[in-house]
Amino acid sequence: MVQAPPVYDAYLQRFQELAKTLPLPLWLQEMREEAIGRFLDLGFPVARRGNEPWKYTDLRPLAAIPFCQPPPPYPKIQAKGLRQILPWSPRWDVVTMVGGEYKASLSHIRGAQAQVWTLTQSLQEAPSLVEEHLARLAIYHNDAFAALNTALFQDALVVVFQGSREARELHVAFISPPGEGPYGHYPRLLVVVEKGARASLIESYVGLGSGPYLTAAVTEVFLEEGASLEHYRLVMEPEAYHIGQLRVWQDQGSSFHSVYFGRGSRIGRNDVRVELDGPKAEAYLYGLYVTQGQEHLDNYINIDHIKPHGTSRLLYRGILDGASHAIFGGTVYVQPGAIKTDAEQEDKNLLLSREAEVDSKPALEIYADDVRCGHGAAAGAVADEALFYLRSRGLNRELATRLLVKGFATTVLDQIGPARLRSFLEMVTFASLPSLRSLG
Amino acid sequence: MASRRKVISRETGIEEKEYRWGFVIPIEEETVPKGLNEEIVRLISQKKGEPGWMTEWRLRAYRYWRSLGYVEPKWAKIYHPPIDYQDIIYYAAPPKESDRPKSLEEIDPELRRAFDKLGIPLEEQKRLAGVAVDAVLDSASVATTFQKKLEDLGIIFCPISEAIQKYPELVRRYLGSVVPYTDNFFAALNSAVFSDGTFVYVPPGVRCPMDLMTYFRINQAEVGQFERTLIVADRGSYVSYLEGCTAPIRKRHQLHAAVVELIALEDAEIKYSTLQNWYPGDREGRGGIYNFVTKRGICLGRNSKISWTQVETGSAITWKYPSVILKGDNSVGEFYSVALVNHRQQADTGTKMVHIGKHTRSTIIAKGISAGYGQNTYRGLVKIMPSADYARNFTRCDSLLIGNRCGAHTTPYLEVRNPTARIEHEATTSKISEEQLFYLISRGIREEDAQYMIVNGFCRGVFQELPFEFAMEVSQLLRVSLEGTVG
Repeated sequence: MVQAPPVYDAYLQRFQELAKTLPLPLWLQEMREEAIGRFLDLGFPVARRGNEPWKYTDLRPLAAIPFCQPPPPYPKIQAKGLRQILPWSPRWDVVTMVGGEYKASLSHIRGAQAQVWTLTQSLQEAPSLVEEHLARLAIYHNDAFAALNTALFQDALVVVFQGSREARELHVAFISPPGEGPYGHYPRLLVVVEKGARASLIESYVGLGSGPYLTAAVTEVFLEEGASLEHYRLVMEPEAYHIGQLRVWQDQGSSFHSVYFGRGSRIGRNDVRVELDGPKAEAYLYGLYVTQGQEHLDNYINIDHIKPHGTSRLLYRGILDGASHAIFGGTVYVQPGAIKTDAEQEDKNLLLSREAEVDSKPALEIYADDVRCGHGAAAGAVADEALFYLRSRGLNRELATRLLVKGFATTVLDQIGPARLRSFLEMVTFASLPSLRSLG
Repeated sequence: MASRRKVISRETGIEEKEYRWGFVIPIEEETVPKGLNEEIVRLISQKKGEPGWMTEWRLRAYRYWRSLGYVEPKWAKIYHPPIDYQDIIYYAAPPKESDRPKSLEEIDPELRRAFDKLGIPLEEQKRLAGVAVDAVLDSASVATTFQKKLEDLGIIFCPISEAIQKYPELVRRYLGSVVPYTDNFFAALNSAVFSDGTFVYVPPGVRCPMDLMTYFRINQAEVGQFERTLIVADRGSYVSYLEGCTAPIRKRHQLHAAVVELIALEDAEIKYSTLQNWYPGDREGRGGIYNFVTKRGICLGRNSKISWTQVETGSAITWKYPSVILKGDNSVGEFYSVALVNHRQQADTGTKMVHIGKHTRSTIIAKGISAGYGQNTYRGLVKIMPSADYARNFTRCDSLLIGNRCGAHTTPYLEVRNPTARIEHEATTSKISEEQLFYLISRGIREEDAQYMIVNGFCRGVFQELPFEFAMEVSQLLRVSLEGTVG
């Protein structure tokens, strides 16, 4: 692997600056030191041969730029402006982080179910909880981006859900502010859903910048016994190098229902790993990705069935326009002993232009015999027969295409509970596809 | 229960009886010293009396292989101790190449008996079956039948070493044109040291009246087998080719690295069927063949078709991806496969379909069966190039798990760069259903027979693609390979 030492030195320098300014407990300081060390050893995974997890994504452009400046301050930001770029509902609780900093003026929590803390608060209120959970799922020893985030995050959000669900969602928004220089933005979120609790969480990542910047986000979710989380993750950072990691651990009888919506980025990565580490756990992962222009998006979804009687569904849909490049990769693992596992995995792609490219690699690795696993993948343009059918009913070509694309996306959009979120994403989907935008 | 099993079972009786093809043919063979260097490559080329261009080609391949630094590709899901490439004999052949038997009657009776024992149709009774056979023992072709009849039609079916002498212009034009020696580690090794194999050329408009068959056998200990097959089907021709293989039981692993190249010109069709039954090693994974094979065909002309059918029951390790490059418009590629692993066997096998021409179509049907501690991986690539308008692919791979210590893995790669293409992939993994078993047992069928029936049904779609003679043999082989997996 060819490393560019000056770039890596810059990351080390940023780490040292932060280490001086942030008052952190000793264990966390040590963890961050270890993490930066691991990052410097590993480097970015830029190898083009024998690098299976990054087979279709060339990270060399990312590795060539030192994303080491802190995110610029953005004092002008207002709640009203946010509503134009983010889904919004008066019923939701909202927490806003701008450039990695908590914005009290843009956050309001009325519900009693969720404890939401910044890192400093959490270290006062529940120090042992943080120490027990932080970086336990996003293992940085063999992952350069997890290491980088762990070493460089400025603040983290810690959310603990207890009790039965209230009729309100918690929306956590991470905003990448506009700024010229190549800055690094390291959002970090830790979620614990306690035993038997039920909750609903929306995570969104929105970029306002126009220059290249790096967002390397890490979210860790712990679902204790019988816990249930409805989870939404929105990534809308077309100008970013966005590497997002979601790590989920599920105990017995827990349920994780997740919908991902992603737009492409300069280089985008949606890296998900779910461990079903208790019997009878359920994970439902839906995803819709919409790419255009020169955008790139690499979905890398792994589900690990460790204990018996687990159920997982992985259903992704991609719509590709322009010369964009989308990837779906991922593996369903069934470990020895995880009998009665019921797993399905599906990825379908719609190509709207001749230049678009999609690579799909849905894999199964199965080490137990009494299981039922299946997967499917498909790619193609809007079906001529379907188009013909609609046109024979008097719809013009544009309207018919739009209707078919909508139908294609509906499989995923139907999984979204909050109506406001659903209508927002439907709008973004069409706005992100130049081939359809003109069709009103 | 055990007493009722047949003698040919791998599970019952003493070890040597488990694999009934495991005997050694007691004939004298000439070998070269162990190890590989430029001298050995020259020596092999010299023994074959090859022209200078061939020797040079081998040396280029050897130098390229050497530059790879003894490092095999690592991406496959197989595990083995490092292979010592200097501890292998690269050439072994029945002595005196020049006195090769001119007819069946001249063949060493010992050798003929051996092939009879293997059930290889060198002899009269199989003549009725209408299969022309080329038999390759270790490194050299020992007998080719029906040559006269084929010659009358203009069909060339002979050892590749002979083809290099007799038809240099054909060999030179096509050898390495589908699998260049730079393709991969094992293809480079094969190109440097291959000693024999089969060459087939079917002239324009000729439909080959019989199945052509090559039978490969590794006989000597510590010998690696590196055969090379080249089949060219000229415009509008058709040929069906069968390949079978076995090896004696040895305590040590043996290396087999073959290269097969198929070329189908306009309107031509090639059907290639393999029954791979190399020695799989014993129950603890000792011995057995490491089978690293590069097989690839190119549909060069319009409306051409290449169809691969393979049944993989042998080998300690199988690493094999019979592929088709669909270059001509409207060309068709097919891949039908059954891969069975038992005990400690590992298979990482699948196919590649590269669509270049317009309206090209491919079908992939892969059935994997894992038992014992076996690990079975399907790995397949479907690639649609921007030029492949209206290309179509359908892939189905199913895995069956027998027992809870084996593994079944599916790794498809779909790369689509043309929106008019339609690609579908489906896969399932399950065990033999309790309900089906119960149903059959309740009708008085023994559990083992019931299981065999279900597995046979699971593989039916592939077995149907095999020539009749082979299909019978395969069902039997499947039964032997599966025995002892119940309970």
